[in-house]
Amino acid sequence: MADEMKTPLLDDLEKGRWPSFVTDLKQAAAKKASAKDLMGQLEKSYVDRIGHWKHGGIVGVKGYGGGVIGRYTDMPGDFPGVEHFHTIRVNQPSGWFYNTKALRELCEVWDKHGSGLTNFHGATGDIILLGTTTDHLQPCFDDLANIGFDLGGSGSALRTPSACVGPARCEWACFDSLDVCHTITNAFQSQLHRPMFPYKFKIKISGCSNDCVAAIARSDMSIIGTWKGNIRINQDEVRACAQGGMNIQAEVVDLCPTHCMGWDGTTLTLDDRECNRCMHCINLMPKALRQGVERGASILVGGKAPIVHGALLGWVAVPFIKLEPPYDELLEFINKVFDWWDENGKMRERLGELINRQGMGKFLKAMGLKPAPQMIKRPRANPYYFWREGVN
Amino acid sequence: MATRTDFGPPDYREMLPPVIKANYGKWLYHERPQPGVLKHVAESGDALYTVRVGSERLLSTDKVRELCDLAEKYCGGYLRFTSRHNIEFLVSDANLLAPLLGELKARGLPVGGTGHSITNIVHTQGWVHCHTPATDASGVVKAVMDELFDYFGTMDLPAYCRISLACCLNMCGAVHCSDIAILGIHRKPPQINHDIVKAKCEIPNVIAACPTGAIRPDPARKSLTVNEDRCMYCGNCYTMCPGMPVADSAGDGVSIWVGGKVSNTRGGPAFSRLVIPYLPNTPPRWPETVAAVKNIVEVWAKHARKHERMGEWIERIGWERFFELSGIPFAEQLIDDFTTAPETYRTTAAFKW
Repeated sequence: MADEMKTPLLDDLEKGRWPSFVTDLKQAAAKKASAKDLMGQLEKSYVDRIGHWKHGGIVGVKGYGGGVIGRYTDMPGDFPGVEHFHTIRVNQPSGWFYNTKALRELCEVWDKHGSGLTNFHGATGDIILLGTTTDHLQPCFDDLANIGFDLGGSGSALRTPSACVGPARCEWACFDSLDVCHTITNAFQSQLHRPMFPYKFKIKISGCSNDCVAAIARSDMSIIGTWKGNIRINQDEVRACAQGGMNIQAEVVDLCPTHCMGWDGTTLTLDDRECNRCMHCINLMPKALRQGVERGASILVGGKAPIVHGALLGWVAVPFIKLEPPYDELLEFINKVFDWWDENGKMRERLGELINRQGMGKFLKAMGLKPAPQMIKRPRANPYYFWREGVN
Repeated sequence: MATRTDFGPPDYREMLPPVIKANYGKWLYHERPQPGVLKHVAESGDALYTVRVGSERLLSTDKVRELCDLAEKYCGGYLRFTSRHNIEFLVSDANLLAPLLGELKARGLPVGGTGHSITNIVHTQGWVHCHTPATDASGVVKAVMDELFDYFGTMDLPAYCRISLACCLNMCGAVHCSDIAILGIHRKPPQINHDIVKAKCEIPNVIAACPTGAIRPDPARKSLTVNEDRCMYCGNCYTMCPGMPVADSAGDGVSIWVGGKVSNTRGGPAFSRLVIPYLPNTPPRWPETVAAVKNIVEVWAKHARKHERMGEWIERIGWERFFELSGIPFAEQLIDDFTTAPETYRTTAAFKW
């Protein structure tokens, strides 16, 4: 290709105050022909208003069935540098914490083998290494392995689990979300690296119901922190919030969804039995209110984006579980879910869609879970129920 | 040397700065001293300042090294990223906070995204690297964030406002529970290439992949037919089969959805709802999309009560009032006709004019 590549449409996106990805593209393009051709192709997409990547392609590294996404340009004549431009998904450390030594080593490996372009991070949580050729995949993985980075999930497999910042830097973590994420990821390496499920399976882990990793919306299994017992109130700090300008009645008490709070101008009262632990009041007054001391998590199942039969939010399957190492009960539950879904799920049927097809009752029975009102918003309104031996 | 496999991710414990190791699980409370800065205080009395920095997500190794330089200079060589693609510098020495903020400013790295701000837009690959996109991701996000930039570094909005973008219905970004979602859509049925279908595709799997049952076998050609009246262009057949391309330069564009959230606060998690079924792909800056998002943010900011998320505000005033206040025309596509439709129809005679 010509040395003087013109990218006027992309150049326009270097203007403005938000950091520009075009600057990153140019930094990489200064060193790598692949990155330069990526820019050229992207400019062409901006002109044509359509993508220029061919459909998929199966590539990989030895021993794994996933972790690499094959990518090929549909214009290899114009952009030979991106004839192969595969993505490598690299499993991030829990909570996306890094020391700079690890990041610098990662950069070194990627400058050696790829385009020098990355995502921190992909939507599922992996570090994404954008663009390398087929012959570099194995050497790149070997070098990644040498610096302690393994691949993430892709295809009909367990996808890379991810977790919120957790107890590392949040007072609201009801369990060790980082350790749970690390433990699950290590316990299910084969399910992560070798696609053998009906479809993808996502696990996301949030330390409290603020749900910073959006587990409930986008994971087949959401592990969301919660507590039992009374919210701990520091009345002096409540009064300090009021003195600081917070309208406790309007902002806290009136917005409580269960109307379980009261405020007389000096003392905040809370009927904890009626609290549904939504986090609103605690979010507003982190110094004054703390969660109860008996902590654990709720497990919800079935959450997903629209493909195939519509989006679903996770449904409560396990209202409360204590989560402490070695997490045997949790791992056993995950195994049971995998087995049931694997045995009953059709091709490209996510867990939520399978539960929808077979009925929640069947799922609960297979899991050995006792039906409880915490699992539903409201009971059924139709009379079409079964009555047979062995129903829960 | 045999290739090592299944060794798992690096141990997060090796990635934690000393102040976190010392106070792990023992944080007491946090404050927001200024937009973009969090102060966490532990039971021990230790304080940790987090400086949140907006990021383009698509980072060159040069940029990653620049972030490393800063982390080494101010944070003992540690940093983290957030679930919304932000960078967080973890400052344990309060004296280094002001110099870090100064250097970030000098380098044009925006500080913000805390509290009632508009934080980074979770997004997908788009034309940069995806094979099924209906729009670009990074470009749209850059254009929208340039326009909403002042909301990133301030905390004056009524509540949180999470914006997300997915460049097709696959939604790697799972944008369907966002205050504002920007979703790439196709508008034309797949253009079947029978040779490719015959050679490369598992016919039953492609048929099963269609949510509306629009795909039928074509035994004579050992291929498929599409009932175009039933096709709503989701592109799932193309994901299964390269012979069913659905992307189209003139047909593809952007849709806008509002009122979703994921946190359990108050009314709990909710899906975003379609309000604009189509806006054109207009690179490099997607002015129609930028204007639509800005309008929705501003109407909400003007009318919502304190702590009222987009969806909570709309549910209070009613959708009919939302369309009036926002000036968004009510399009026929907004009335659901998928399997989930009945729950969205109004089942009361009480409504507003």
